Parts: sequence; C-alpha cells; structure tokens
Amino acid sequence: MTRILANRVRVWLLGGLMAAAFVFSAPLATTAEAQSKDPIKVGFSMALSGALAGGGQQSLVAIQLWAEDMNKKGGLLGRPVELVFYDDQTNPKNVPGIYSKLLDIDKVDLIVSGYGTNLIAPAMPIAIEREMTFMGLFGMNANAKWEYEKYFSILPAGPDPAVGFSEVWFQAVEKKFQPKTIAIIAADAEFAQNLKEGAVRNAKAFGMEIVYEENYNPKTPDFTPILRAANAKKPDAIYIASYPNGSAGLVRALAEVGTDAKAVGGGMVGLQFAGIMAGLGPMLNGIANYDFFVPEPTMNLYPGASDLIDRYQAKVKAENLKVDALGYYLVPWAYANVDILGQAVQAVGSLDQDAIADYIRDNEFTSVVGKVKFGKNGEWERPRTLVVQYQGITNNDLSQFATAGTRKIMLPADISTGDLQPFNDLRK
Amino acid sequence: MAIFIDLLLNALVIGILLGGFYAALSIGLSITFGLLDVVNIAHPTLLILGAFIAFFLNSTWGIDPVLAGLIATPLFFAIGWVIYQIYYNAFEKSGAESLRGLAFFFGLLFIIEVGLIIQFGVDHRLVEAWYIGESANIVIGSEIDVAIPYRLLVAFVVAVAATLAIQVYLTRTFFGRAVRAVAQDMMALRLMGVDPIKVKRIAFAMGVATAGIGGALMIIVLPIEPSVGRLYIGNVFAIVVLGGLGSISGTLLAAIIIGIAESIVATFFGPSWSPAVSFGILLAVLALRPEGLFGKTAGAH
Repeated sequence: MTRILANRVRVWLLGGLMAAAFVFSAPLATTAEAQSKDPIKVGFSMALSGALAGGGQQSLVAIQLWAEDMNKKGGLLGRPVELVFYDDQTNPKNVPGIYSKLLDIDKVDLIVSGYGTNLIAPAMPIAIEREMTFMGLFGMNANAKWEYEKYFSILPAGPDPAVGFSEVWFQAVEKKFQPKTIAIIAADAEFAQNLKEGAVRNAKAFGMEIVYEENYNPKTPDFTPILRAANAKKPDAIYIASYPNGSAGLVRALAEVGTDAKAVGGGMVGLQFAGIMAGLGPMLNGIANYDFFVPEPTMNLYPGASDLIDRYQAKVKAENLKVDALGYYLVPWAYANVDILGQAVQAVGSLDQDAIADYIRDNEFTSVVGKVKFGKNGEWERPRTLVVQYQGITNNDLSQFATAGTRKIMLPADISTGDLQPFNDLRK
Repeated sequence: MAIFIDLLLNALVIGILLGGFYAALSIGLSITFGLLDVVNIAHPTLLILGAFIAFFLNSTWGIDPVLAGLIATPLFFAIGWVIYQIYYNAFEKSGAESLRGLAFFFGLLFIIEVGLIIQFGVDHRLVEAWYIGESANIVIGSEIDVAIPYRLLVAFVVAVAATLAIQVYLTRTFFGRAVRAVAQDMMALRLMGVDPIKVKRIAFAMGVATAGIGGALMIIVLPIEPSVGRLYIGNVFAIVVLGGLGSISGTLLAAIIIGIAESIVATFFGPSWSPAVSFGILLAVLALRPEGLFGKTAGAH
C-alpha cells in the first residue's frame, strides 16, 4: 500500500515537474555594453540558447558590429548606442516579459525583434500597445493579422511573404521539371505553418496536385516514417518547411530511405547553419532550398555584405566566439535590421516613433543587403529570396561552404550560377 | 495492398528501433527515479552532456560515437556518485528531498546546459560514422522494401544490450538485489546490517552512467544542441511511468510500445498525432493500471 501511495505521489510529482518545465522561463539578463554618456538604448530579445540560438547568436554579433560602427561614427544623434538584450531561450513565452522589462525597467529608446517568426509574434502586442516602431528580423508574415503600421520586416519575401517566400522555389521547380504532384511536410510551428500556407497556394497556382500534406511535431526524433508515407503517394516534388532539428532529421531520412521526387527542399531552416552543413556534408547534395546570401560570385548586388561577413568571421576567430563560423545566413540581415532603424533616426533627428515609422515607410534605404523599400504591412515591396541547390559536396569539411560552388544559385535568373538538377542525379 | 503492407512493415520496424532508442534515454531514469525515488530531472541534460562528449571525441580524434559513449561511461558513473552524495547530504538526509531536491536537479540541469553553451556554443552538432545516413534494405517481392537505418539499428542493439545487462545485474547479483531491496524497504535493509545510502549511491551512479552511452546514441540519431534535452524530459518520464516504476524490462517494453505507436500513427494518420497518441496511451494505462504496465502491485509486496 505504501508503495502504491509512493507511486501515486511520484506520478503527481511528475505532473508538477512537467508543468514546471514548461513554465520555467527566467530570462537570463545579459550585461549590455556600457557607455559613459547618456546613451540611446536599443533593446531586443534574442535566441541565445535553444533551438534557434545558432541564428540568434550570429545575429547578436552582427548587431554588436553595427553598434561598434555607430559609436565609431559618433553614435546616433550624437549619443552613444547601447544595446540591452536578453536571452529568450527560443521560447515565445519569454518574449512579452522581456519587451515589457525593456520598455518599463530598462527604459530603452528603440526596440527591434529577436530572430524568427516564433519570437516576433509574441512581441507584437507589446510593440503595438506602446506604439513603438518595431523592426522584425526574419518574421514570416508576422504582421499579417495585426496590420501594424509601425512594423517593418527584414525578410526579402515580398509584399505577401507567405507566398513570396516559396514562390521562387516553385518557379524553379516548375521551369525544370513541370511536376504534377507534390508532397508538403511542415513543422508544427508558427513560421513553418505560414510557409506551408504559402506553399499550398503556390502549388495550386502552379497546377500541382497536393498528394500529401502533414505537420510534424518539432520533437520528432526520426523522420523515416514521415518520408515513407510521403513517398507512398509518389510525389514529383517534396516541399519541406522545417526548423533546424527537423531539417537535419529529414536530410538524414532522405539519405536512408531515398525518394523518387525530382525536387526536394524549399523552406528548410538550419541547412544554412555552419554546424549543420558540416555535420550533414554530402547528404545535402541535391537539396534545393531557400537562402538569402551565399558565397557565389554574383552576390555582389549586396555592397558591403562581403566585407561585413569578413569582419564577422575575423571577430569570431579572434575572440574565439562559440557562434556560427561563417555567418552568411543572418549577419547581413541582422545588421540591416538595426542599420535601417538607425538611418531613420538620424534622418528624422529625434526618437519620435511616429516620425521614424513614417520615414521608414516613405523612403528607400541602402544597407548591406542592397536597396530596401517597404510596402504593405511593412514587408518588402519586391521579393529577393534565392533558390540554391547543394551540389558537389564531397566531405564534411566546413571550409567548402565558404567557397563558391557548393550552394549554386538557381533563381533569381539574373544572378543564377547553376542549373537545377534532379535530386537523385546529385546523390552518389 | 502491397503499399499498405510495405508501409506497415516499415512502420513496425522503425517503431521497434525507435523504441530501443527511447529506452536508451529512459533506462537511467528508470533506476534513479523508478527504483530509488530520486526525481532526477537533469537526466536528459546529462544525456546531452554525454552527446557532447561523444561529439568532442568524434570530431577531435575520429573516435566512433558508440565507443566514445563507452569511454565516457565511467566518467558518468563518477559524476553520478558525486551528484548523489551532494543530494543526500544537502536534501535527502534531512528529509527535504521532495521539493528542494527537485530544485537541486533543476539547478543542475541549467548549470550543465550553460556549461555546454560556454564550451561548445549553441550550434547544432552531429557526429560522423559509417552507419549514419545508410540503411540496410530487405526486399520482399517487387513492392515491399523494408529499410533499416543503421543509426537506429545501432541505437537499438546497444540499448537492448544495456537494458539486459542492467536487468541481469539487478536480478542475479547480490548487489542488484540490494538495490531492489532499497526500493522496497530501506529500513528493513538497514536492520539487515546493510548501508542503504551506499547502495543507493552506487545505484544512482549506475543510472547516471547510462547517460554516457545514451548520449552517444542520441547524437547518432539526431542533431544536438545544449538545450535539446529539455524537449525530452516529458517523454523519458512518461516511458518510465508507463513501464512501471522500478521495472527495467518494463521500461524497454514501454519504450518499444511508444516507438511503434508513434511510428504507425506518423505513417498512417499524420505525424502531428504522434505525441497525442503516446500520451494518450500513458493516460489510458495509468487509469487502468496506476502502477504502470509492469510495475508491482500492492499484493507483490
């Protein structure tokens, strides 16, 4: 009897600790750069740990490089720039509390978002309530439901990002293979679901029949059953909207189970991260995925981006930072996110949030990601997402991903560096 | 029909292999939580520590991850020894283990996690081995092709071997029986002239030692970053409870049941239903058999 009671107590305790695990979310305060004069404080949450920390950490270094640049040039409005940031642990539940603290306790003057849709969405109500201009870093359609006039997105996916993000992938696949059927696999998370919604609309627009459409739990450890179920429907193409764990898991499943689909990939976050690229190595060959900046010779449309990445890589090496060694994926964009806000503040000459937002809305900017003009909902007027295909990867050496040729650009056509090949033609 | 059979066979095979992998993650907890009543919620994070040690040995010297896990196992035994000693002196001795002990393991979880972030950064890590990304195919006729991913097969074989070894040790050796006696009645054991704390310390260390090899299997199966252990806290506790607290073989069978259920549901009904079905099984079993599938009932005592 005692044992039964003990068991029951433990079962209750188990329930309690599970609840505690979900609720436990104390944000780790990180000391911001100290400045001697009365600074302009820029506040944000950032995924410095958790599933998206690979992107969050490199974004933070990029923002720090911007702050260094600004302070070397005399700061913003003649005042030094100070960053105030907290680790959101890639946990959306932490985000509202962080932004409340930034605005109420730290009294920041400007806010920008953390990295990724899942961490932008929960900050939107706070930004709207406080009427702050809010820059979003890689938010997939994060403002669609709010239509907040002071939100501006750094994501080159066009005015309808859910569709624009994947449209170029569908164009590339349609042009080369004219697929009749498609399978769509998506993570059960905000970003991936938005992406899936766009992919479904694109598939219909391109006349493809969706023969398999399923969401997976982000905790899924093995993806072979999902891929087998998709393969059973004999799709001509497979569109995947996934986060890093799922992306790596699906690439491994593709290596183990294979597929007859001619095109595979699309919206796989994480395949751009140095650690995952090096870890997967040749298993990536044939995947056609989105990207924003790759070391291909035609990418000179982003003046200053290569220099910035060189500086980032030098800083990572010199300071032995435990962050993404390459930084292609996020560094230019995280930099542009604060740079555009800074340019607007300088131009307006004040911290008036309405004036800053009006200026951003009405003007075209030139930053390290080229020319940027915002349109409806603060999204980009024109999309500039790349479709790249992993080709010619022979081993797990990271340095090959820092040179041209392993991620060739399929579209846009004006900067294309290769032809889309059938998935299986590039497998061993 | 052939497609259905093909999918079913593949789902079953993957489910069984996945179950072995889940067992590898849970077996240590089955000892520490199931047998010893120590709510070691840091266990998944200890697994991540094991995974990073395997990553370090694999990426630095090219050591096979399974071998790396075996090399790390004595280290984890020592870690477990020290953790229990601190836990006993600070909490259990004074009877304050229930809530403060829980806080202790939460703290341990975060210390390990932050230590890993400082040392390795936050990037996802993978290991290299010949069996990762390859599979054996069993072809039956023209339409049935059962693929067995080697990485899951390796995880399954190692997990089953470890489970059997622990089961045999706990049932066939004097010390193993002493551990089970601690789980049943510490006072009686004390009256027999045995120091139950010493027994618990060694048993706890054994449970933590499984995180060395379990972590290595984890990084063979999926990419690892320092906080990924938190995702699996619920799963590993659920498997231990489902199997029956204190039942090592029950943990393995419960893990295989969950693995098969997840795999079949993912294949035929969509992967988003998998977690619901797993926890649905747990709730159903607890409603009908609160002691778990293979747990001892009151009559057994």
